[in-house]
Amino acid sequence: MLNELTKGIFRENPLLRLLLGTCPSLAVTSSLENGFGMGAATTFVLLCSNAMISLLKGIVPSKVRIPVFIVIIATFVTITDLSMSAYVPDLHKNLGLFIPLIVVNCIILGRAEAFASKNGIVPSLLDGLGMGIGFTMALSLIGSIREILGAGTLMGASLFGPSYQPFLMFVLPAGAFLTLGLTMGVMNWMEKRKA
Amino acid sequence: MMNDIVVLVIGAIFVNNFVLARFLGICPFVGVSKRVGDAVGMGMAVIFVMILASVASWLTFFYVLTPLKIEYMTTIAFILIIASLVQFVENVIKKMAPALYKSLGIYLPLITTNCAVLGIALLNVQNGYTLTQTVLHAVGASVGFTMALVLLAGIRERLERADIPPSLKGAPITFITSGLLAIAFMGFIGMV
Repeated sequence: MLNELTKGIFRENPLLRLLLGTCPSLAVTSSLENGFGMGAATTFVLLCSNAMISLLKGIVPSKVRIPVFIVIIATFVTITDLSMSAYVPDLHKNLGLFIPLIVVNCIILGRAEAFASKNGIVPSLLDGLGMGIGFTMALSLIGSIREILGAGTLMGASLFGPSYQPFLMFVLPAGAFLTLGLTMGVMNWMEKRKA
Repeated sequence: MMNDIVVLVIGAIFVNNFVLARFLGICPFVGVSKRVGDAVGMGMAVIFVMILASVASWLTFFYVLTPLKIEYMTTIAFILIIASLVQFVENVIKKMAPALYKSLGIYLPLITTNCAVLGIALLNVQNGYTLTQTVLHAVGASVGFTMALVLLAGIRERLERADIPPSLKGAPITFITSGLLAIAFMGFIGMV
């Protein structure tokens, strides 16, 4: 049971190992706050959709399952979108287009198809939570690296004093690709050393 | 008028390149960029679907969702439109042009979950574009996507024969290469 929760965090980390959900992880990770916010929003949608889809297991005919899953996911994304614009308007503005785009985040449809539609509600919730935490951690890590290098701050607080010359490229699009590529490289290297 | 068209199209291709500046459609960008031939096929399918989806979603937004005052249904409506449109296009091509289906067919189902398609549909209505601007934006964005995809595929074909550190093989080096491409594209900032 515990395995369902922990597999998403490192061994099957959706972003760094399975390469799912790459668009938001490049686009909204210019700071730790944005990365974490995006991760939290995705986790919420993932938990709700996994729970709902596992409850509908056996009811939805397999021929129409993908459209049904997409409508369920889109509904929870709309709820998230509207709630975020009401309660955290600043974060909502920063994430912008990428909140409605959680619908097409392959992690969510992937877990629905590969796990939630075949398992009961408790394992599905744990699976969603684990994958969500793994995704949030990966986004927060990339967000931190880019914010520290590109702006010299973390959560908006200055780290190195006023004399620090920020490496501006890291908050620009090019830095996102480089950071993600190098982070994956380090993950692979760690894995190889362990084996 | 002519000036606006050029700004919109060139801007969408180079300055706000969908992949390298806006980060939309990264999955196919990484997934289908191993061979130049595949990249061209995927690019053509994306151009086709993006233009159709932009028009269909624009019409739905302004003639169905706005009059009924249910704009909050935008995300759900758009994803359903895109999914059924892709299915429809697949069936039509299968019937009408079997040769084309053979080369594009396998890419079509992948496009439903391509965030570039939903992304452009949402951007068009968020920016308040007219129908003409929507079509032009879709042409620019999808051509820009195809260009980035083909460029990356060309580089990756060469990379296969390069001596890459084992930890960076596969996805990591692809992202690093895309980063270098993005740096090159930063040169276009401020052009329009």
